[in-house]
Amino acid sequence: MATTVHEPPKIESRPTSHDGGWRDLPPPTGNLRCAVEDSSPASRTGVWVGMAAITMTFAALTSAMVVRQGASTDWRHFTLPPVLYFNTLVLLASGGVLEVARKRVAAFVRGVQRLRSVPLLWLCFTMGLGLLFVAGQYVAWLQLRSQGLYLATNPSSSFFYLFTTIHALHVLGGLAGLTLVIWRLSKPAPTLRMSTLNTVSYYWHFMGALWLYLLLLLWMRI
Amino acid sequence: MHDMSAHAVHHHAPPTGFIRKYIFSLDHKVIGEQYYLLALVAVYIGLVLSWIMRIHLAWPNAAIHGLQFLSKTGAPGGVMTPEYYLQLMTMHGTIMVFFVLTTAPFAGFGNYFLPIQVGAEDMPFPHINMMSFWVTFVAFIVAVAAFFVPQGPPLSGWTAYAPLSALGEVAGPGQGTGQVLWAVSIAIFCVGQLLGSLNFISTTLDMRCQGMSLMRLPLSVWAWFITSCIGLTAFAVLMPACILLILDHVAGTSFFIPSNLVVNDQIQPHSGGSTLLWQHLFWFFGHPEVYIAIVPAMGVVSHVLITNMRRPLLSHRVIIYSMLSIAFLSYMVYGHHMFVSGMNPFSSIAFSFPTLAITIPATIIVLIWIGSLYGSKLRINSASLFALGFISMFISGGISGFFLAQPSIDIMLHATYFVVGHFHLVMAVAALFGIFAGTYFWFPKVTGRMMNETLGKIHFWVTFVGAYCIFMPFHYLGMAGNVRRYQAFVDDFMAPLMPVHKFITIAALITGAAQLVFLYNLIHSRFWGKPAPQNPWEGTSLEWSIPSPPPFDNFGGKLPVVYHDPYQYGVEGETSDFVMQDSPEQTNSARDER
Repeated sequence: MATTVHEPPKIESRPTSHDGGWRDLPPPTGNLRCAVEDSSPASRTGVWVGMAAITMTFAALTSAMVVRQGASTDWRHFTLPPVLYFNTLVLLASGGVLEVARKRVAAFVRGVQRLRSVPLLWLCFTMGLGLLFVAGQYVAWLQLRSQGLYLATNPSSSFFYLFTTIHALHVLGGLAGLTLVIWRLSKPAPTLRMSTLNTVSYYWHFMGALWLYLLLLLWMRI
Repeated sequence: MHDMSAHAVHHHAPPTGFIRKYIFSLDHKVIGEQYYLLALVAVYIGLVLSWIMRIHLAWPNAAIHGLQFLSKTGAPGGVMTPEYYLQLMTMHGTIMVFFVLTTAPFAGFGNYFLPIQVGAEDMPFPHINMMSFWVTFVAFIVAVAAFFVPQGPPLSGWTAYAPLSALGEVAGPGQGTGQVLWAVSIAIFCVGQLLGSLNFISTTLDMRCQGMSLMRLPLSVWAWFITSCIGLTAFAVLMPACILLILDHVAGTSFFIPSNLVVNDQIQPHSGGSTLLWQHLFWFFGHPEVYIAIVPAMGVVSHVLITNMRRPLLSHRVIIYSMLSIAFLSYMVYGHHMFVSGMNPFSSIAFSFPTLAITIPATIIVLIWIGSLYGSKLRINSASLFALGFISMFISGGISGFFLAQPSIDIMLHATYFVVGHFHLVMAVAALFGIFAGTYFWFPKVTGRMMNETLGKIHFWVTFVGAYCIFMPFHYLGMAGNVRRYQAFVDDFMAPLMPVHKFITIAALITGAAQLVFLYNLIHSRFWGKPAPQNPWEGTSLEWSIPSPPPFDNFGGKLPVVYHDPYQYGVEGETSDFVMQDSPEQTNSARDER
């Protein structure tokens, strides 16, 4: 027989295990100082899920390249444009600068850093490096064109353009995220949450790691 | 009695204008309805296409009045050309697989009910959620646009095998612009599904209300969650494959087109492409796609059956683990679609073994359903009938899969109607029965009105008998050597099979007509149906604890607290035989202790 108990079973308001209830709510007043370091599990999960999908996409393209290279004898090797190595340094540097920016924003949120312009400057510096990377990739494409290597010239050049273009588009997505972060931080009443910045930084570092992988792959195969 | 704890803070304000409320809505419920309506439009387009094809197969020289208006060159005077038959077949498969079987049970029901069943006020990323629908909608428009371009839609089938799909207009009508539109549409569709999966996974993991542990999630939520994980990896592979296909068309690359290929006496200006590469990329998506269609239906059917049996399944956990096993194995079996591609015989065995192995978790699920049904006092209504019909279709279609999983038999049956019968039963009809079960079950919650039960039962029996009349003879045709993708069976050895084709066509017309009864019931009940109570089926999960239709923020500004697993039936409660998931009422069930 079922009985009604007067005192409902006790449930932790913030369980530590995966037991539900560990939600993140936006700051009730929109005040940046109230958000502190409160992380957002959903945005963190979201960015990991997104990175998993991107990984699958590049894994599929990698296997396509390996199969295509082995399918015929028409594969022609060429030397990678040297500007790619400069671009790599720029992208890696942007990751380091973003980490500095993240610390500056955290200091601002905690009230240690009073000037908002300092973290904003570091964020803009990151963006600038990101834009420089994309511009550098464009230069690499121009260098290939000047050698007579177009998208359809050879399967090796097809895959080069494909990998670098799709990666650059994803970097542009990261730049859009950085723009959002800068916009939210620069508003008169800032609405940026650390979780948003953390999410963008995860993605940005992932772009850096992905590019290192792609560079190695292109260097080995092309 | 229902305790509400934390205040829900909605991520976005209630919409005020028409556009924000019904068109570009951020509300997961409206987005779910939009997906369902899109699937509804798509399924009737697919149905009409199948009618046209079946009429042509039974009476190849008959004029179908009006068809010439769709394509003057494809159907001059209403009589279909062989190429146009293939074009309609391609669009039938594409629309049904992508815009119906993927869209309705997963994105439609999932968007509407997943947040409610986990106790959330919305998805965590409502803008991305809205975008996922509209991206899918654009994909649908692009696909349908292929009907209206010169030369019409592609004729390479929904699998778009290369090099036929990669060559352009030289390969046949529709292989130029139509095929490019197809590839663009599917690439866009993949983006929409990836955005949707992102929301589903985040909602399930991070938006659960207090007390909602993973094992307290309803089986429908588990099914949507697992499907999201499958979709995340499968669509992420199909999308770049479509990009490569588009580049072969418009940029002159040679990913899929081999050297020295002569088509229509013309040497193609491509070199060294791999035709098998497309098959690998496509089927890495294509086989998991079967489970993207069927796993949500499994979850819905489990949910419906449990509610109507008034008892939980024999094992909640084993169903979950079996669905997880199916998801895992779904990536290891795709090669069974390529047994006749010239692969190494040892590779065939490597793909055959997991194909047979995947039947184990599927069989476990079916046995749990049947074992749970045994001795239960099942409430017979339209929803439970379609749930039973799902089990029947899944078993019937699944059994023929045993044969096709073995390379030696598949070589004989490949590209015959046996295969067509198999996948229509196990994937298409079974998933559609799951969609119907979910529709009859959740319609009162969504609209606040009941559907007509008499019409629902007529719909079920005609569809159930009709589906078997259509697809069981397919197996016989296949064994008799009737090849698929032929527009007419006028060869000597296939001519004696024409009476069977005529029987199938008549059955298809009648079964299709029953779907018009469903459509009438859906529309009529939406506006003039009997008002539905909050919990018409005496269900226990969270969607039945809120008004019908649910308010904007689902739980009226407060989030629920969950005390039980989702299926507390047969527990001799205070006033009934069930206890709601969010009720603090204590039961004598040992299941609750987890």
